[in-house]
Amino acid sequence: MADPKISAYYQTRMAHFGAVTNDWLAQAQSASVITTTPPPPSPPPTAATLSDPSHQKPSFSVIDEFNRWRKQPDLAEAVAAIRALAAVIRSSMATTMMQLEIELKSASDSLKSWDTTSISLTAACDLFMRYVTRTAALEYEDFNSAKSRLIERADKFGEISYTARKVIAMLSQDFIFNGCTILVHGFSRVVLEVLKLAAQNKKLFRVLCTEGRPDRTGLRLSNELAKLDVPVKLVIDSAVAYTMDEVDMVFVGADGVVESGGIINMMGTYQIAMVAKSMSKPVYVAAESYKFARLYPLDQKDLAPALRPVDFGVPIPSKVEVECSARDYTPPQYLTLLFTDLGVLTPSVVSDELIQLYL
Amino acid sequence: MDPSRRAPRSAIDPVPKFRQVGFFTPGAPPERSQSGPPDPTHSTPVSDVSQSANSLSPVMIPPPRHLSDNLVINARPTLASPLRADSLAGGGVSSFGDFFPAPMSPATPASSSYSSRMAAGEGSFFERHGGGGDKGNNAGKVASSFPRGGFDLTAMKKVSGIGGGGGSGVGVPASELTTVSVVNDSLAIHEKEKANRGGGSAVEAKDQSTGSKQQKPKTTKAERRALQESQRAAKAAAKAEGNKASGAATSVNAKPAKAAKPTPKVDNAAVAASEKKGGDCPPEKDRKKDVPQPRMQYDDKSRVEKAKRRAVVKQTEARNRVELFRHLPQYEHGSQLPDLESKFFHLDPVHPAVYKVGLQYLSGDICGANARCIAMFQAFQEAIKDYRVPPEKTLVRDLTAKIGSYVSFLNECRPISISMGNAIRFLKSRIAKLPLTLSESEAKVSLQSDIERFISEKIVLANKVIVKHAVTKIRDGDVLLTYGSSSAVEMILLHAHELGKQFRVVVVDSRPKLRGQLLLRRLLEKGLSCEYTHINAVSYIMHEVTRVFLGASSVLSNGTVYSRVGTACVAMVAHAFRVPVIVCCEAYKFHDRVQLDSICSNELGDPDIISNVRGREDVNYLDGWANVENLQLLNLIYDATPSDYVSMIVTDYGMVPPTSVPVIVREYGREQVWI
Repeated sequence: MADPKISAYYQTRMAHFGAVTNDWLAQAQSASVITTTPPPPSPPPTAATLSDPSHQKPSFSVIDEFNRWRKQPDLAEAVAAIRALAAVIRSSMATTMMQLEIELKSASDSLKSWDTTSISLTAACDLFMRYVTRTAALEYEDFNSAKSRLIERADKFGEISYTARKVIAMLSQDFIFNGCTILVHGFSRVVLEVLKLAAQNKKLFRVLCTEGRPDRTGLRLSNELAKLDVPVKLVIDSAVAYTMDEVDMVFVGADGVVESGGIINMMGTYQIAMVAKSMSKPVYVAAESYKFARLYPLDQKDLAPALRPVDFGVPIPSKVEVECSARDYTPPQYLTLLFTDLGVLTPSVVSDELIQLYL
Repeated sequence: MDPSRRAPRSAIDPVPKFRQVGFFTPGAPPERSQSGPPDPTHSTPVSDVSQSANSLSPVMIPPPRHLSDNLVINARPTLASPLRADSLAGGGVSSFGDFFPAPMSPATPASSSYSSRMAAGEGSFFERHGGGGDKGNNAGKVASSFPRGGFDLTAMKKVSGIGGGGGSGVGVPASELTTVSVVNDSLAIHEKEKANRGGGSAVEAKDQSTGSKQQKPKTTKAERRALQESQRAAKAAAKAEGNKASGAATSVNAKPAKAAKPTPKVDNAAVAASEKKGGDCPPEKDRKKDVPQPRMQYDDKSRVEKAKRRAVVKQTEARNRVELFRHLPQYEHGSQLPDLESKFFHLDPVHPAVYKVGLQYLSGDICGANARCIAMFQAFQEAIKDYRVPPEKTLVRDLTAKIGSYVSFLNECRPISISMGNAIRFLKSRIAKLPLTLSESEAKVSLQSDIERFISEKIVLANKVIVKHAVTKIRDGDVLLTYGSSSAVEMILLHAHELGKQFRVVVVDSRPKLRGQLLLRRLLEKGLSCEYTHINAVSYIMHEVTRVFLGASSVLSNGTVYSRVGTACVAMVAHAFRVPVIVCCEAYKFHDRVQLDSICSNELGDPDIISNVRGREDVNYLDGWANVENLQLLNLIYDATPSDYVSMIVTDYGMVPPTSVPVIVREYGREQVWI
C-alpha cells in the first residue's frame, strides 16, 4: 500500500468517487501481484498444487478480472468481486468438484485479502461461496453439468446483486411521501438511486445533505441531486441536531450490516442516528444484502479501523493526535428499518437472515 | 413505525413463516437441507413417542409423576453388574472434568495443577471402586448389618472403613476430607452401592420371589385391560366432539390416574404396575399427544397428595412459603437423604447409577447445568447398558417408559433443568427412532453412542466453539466481570489467559452457594489477576468493568436469560453503566418457551440456608424462627434476565443477538439436536 496511514477501504472510495488516478491503478496492480503469487492459504498439499490458479492458468487472475469489472462506473466493489468469482468458475480447468471448490476458495481469499477493511467485499465473497456452492444437486450430477449449474447460480447471484439497488429503490418508495424532508449523510449510491427514483415518480420532497467532512461526500451528493432538480440544502456536519426538527426521516447507506442488526457506515452516522432517535425521527438504512457480514461489534472500538487522511486546512502540531477512523458502528436500537433486496427488514431480522445464509 | 428494535417482528416482517432466504431460485431445493448430513429418516414425521415428548408441557419439566410413570415402576429383571461402577468411573468421564468443578473435591486445596486437581475432584465424585476381590464380603457385611430399615450412620462409617480399605483406595480417603455432611452422603452412597453389588444375589433372590408372585396378578390383567380399553374409547369419543378445553384435559389426565388406583401400595405394587404397563403404553402416548401435560402446581392440595403417594422420595414440604411461589415445590431439606438411603434395596425400578446421581442432586454435590446434564446422561448410559428388554415387550416402548421413570425420580430429587429436559427429549426421540430391525444389543450400543455423541458434540465441543468466539471479544486491558461460576465462562477466561491477553477478572459472588469462590480459586491457580466481591458491591465495581460475561441455565425464545439468581441484577447494573453483557450458553439449553418473569417457573431452595449462616452463631438471629407463621423465607434459585439487558449471546452457532434465539430454536431445535 502506498501510504500505511490510509487503508485500502478509503482508497477504494476515493477511486469510486473521484477519477481513477494513476497511482491508484498502480497500487491495485501491486496488490494483485502480491495476492496472487502466494499459494492458497491452507488447502491439503496435494490439492494445492493442482488448484493453484497460477499453475494452471497463468493468464487468468481473479484480481485482474475484479479490476476489470470495477472500472465500470456504478458497479459496486462487491458486485465486481462476485462477477470476478463467477469468471473464476467459468475459466477454471478443474476436473473435480473438490478442485473447483478449492480454486474458488483461494480466489475468494485473495480477493478478500486485497482489501481486508472492506466489509462488503469480504461479505460478498463469503456469500458467493455460500450461495453458489450450496446446492443439493451437486453431489448427484456429473462434473460438467454441476459446473454449468454453478456458473448458472453464480451468474444469477451476480444478477441479483446487480439489480439489488433497483429493488431497494422500488421498496423504499412507499416510505417517501410528498412534502417530506429527508436528511442524508454521506454519499451512497443506493440512497441516490432511491432519491432518483422518487424524483422520477414526481414525488415532492426536500433533501438536507450533510457536508460529510473530510472527504465532502455530501457535496457530491448535493451535486447529483441538483441535477435531478430536487431541492437540496447543505448543512455542516455539526448542524445535524439543529436541523433535525424539520427533518421527517433520515436516510443513510451502509458499508456493512452486522449481525446485531446495526450498521457500519461513514463516520457521523452514529451521532445522526442518536439525534434522530432522541427526536423520534425514523432512521432508514438502504443496504444491499451482500453487505450483510458476520461481525458482531460490541462497541466502536471493536472494529478493524479504516483510516483516512483528515485535512484541517492548517498544519497540526505533531503533539496533537487526530482521529482518523473513517467509519463508525451504529447499534440496532437507533435504526428503524433496513431497506434491502430481501425486503424491508427490522434490524433484528438481519441476524435471522445471516443465520440462515451462513449456517 | 415504532423505532424500537424490540418491536414485535410480525408487525413488520413482510413474509411470514417459510420465507426463503436470500437469493432463492424458484425451483431450487431448499438450501438448508444439505448443510446437515443426509438423513433418510429425517423427512418422515417424528414418531409418536418423540412427538409426545415434544408436546410435554412447554416447561420441559415433565410432570413429576403421572400415570405412565406410576405404571412404569416395574421390576427390573436384572440388577447392575458388578462392573458398573468401575466403568462409570473409568469410561470417558475424564474429558468432562471441566464440568465437574471442585465442589466435590476440596480434598487437594494446595494442588498445583488444574487438571490434576480436576482429576482428584472426579475421583471423589464418581467414587472409584477398585475391583477388590473382597467386595462381596464387605457388601455382605453391610447388607447383613443393615436390615432394610434406616441406616445407622456411625455404624456405616465403621463399615466404610473396612470397605474403603478393600474396595476403593482412591474414593474414600479423598472424600473424608470434605465437610461432614458430604462425607456422610458420599459414604452412604458408596456403601449403598457396594452393598448393592455384593448383595446382588440377595436381591436377585427377591426378584425371583416376586417373579413367582407375578402369576397372581396376571389373571386380572385381561380385565384391567378391558376396563381401560372402554374408558379410552369413551374418552376418544368425548374428544371427537371437540371437547378439547382444558377441563377435558384435566379429566383425561385425572381419570386414568383413578383407574390405576387399584394398584396396591404394598410390596408387590411394582409387580402389578409392571404388568399393566405393557398394555397401557400406546394410549398414554395418544393422550400426551393431544393434551400438553400441565405442570404440577404445588398449591393444588389434592394433586400434591396424589403425587406424594406415588413419589419415591418422601419430601416434607416447608410450611411457610412465599405467597407468589406456592405453586413451586419447596421441601424441608436434610430429611430425605437418610430416608432415601435406607430405601436403596427396595427401589428396584431405579437403576443404581441413576439413584446415585439422584442422591448427588439432592445433596447438592452436582450443580451447574452442564455437570448435571452430563451426570444424568452417564447414569442413563449405565442404565441402558444394563437394560434387558422384558419378555413380550418392545425395547422402544419399554425403554422410553423406563427412562421416563428415571427422569421422574431425578425430578423428585431436584427439579430438572430446562437443559436436562432438552437432553431427555433428545434421548427419547433417539429411542423412538430406533429401527425395529435392530437387535437389542445393537439398539443399546447405538443409544449409548448417541448419548456419548450428545455429550461430546452438544456440550464439550459446543463449549470449545463458544470459547473460540468469545475470546475474540476480549482485548488487552479489559476488565471482565463474571457472576457465580459458569463452566463456559471459566474456559473462556482461561483460554484468553493462555493466549496471553492482558486482562483482569472481577468475580462477583453471592450467598448462600458462594460458587464464585471455586471459580476464583481455579482462576488464581492459573495465575489470572482477579478481584472478588459480593453482589452487594456490584454497582460500585461496575464502573471499571469493560465486559460482563455470564453463564446461563437456559435461554428462552424471547431472549430471556434464565440463570442463577442474581444474574438479572448484574446484567441490569451493567446495562445501566453501558457495559456490554455477553451471555455464554450452549445451544442445547435454548428453549422455545417464553417467560416474562421469574415466578411462574423457578426452583425454591432450602429456606434455612438463607435464614442462618453456618458457623456464625453471632448472626443467627432467625434461629428457630423458620416456622413462625408470619415469616416467609424465599430462597430462589433462578431468575429471568430480560433480553434488553443482554448485548450478545455466544452460542455454538456463533455470536447472535438475543432476538435470534427463536431462529436457532426453529432452525436447529429439531434437525440438529435430534439428529
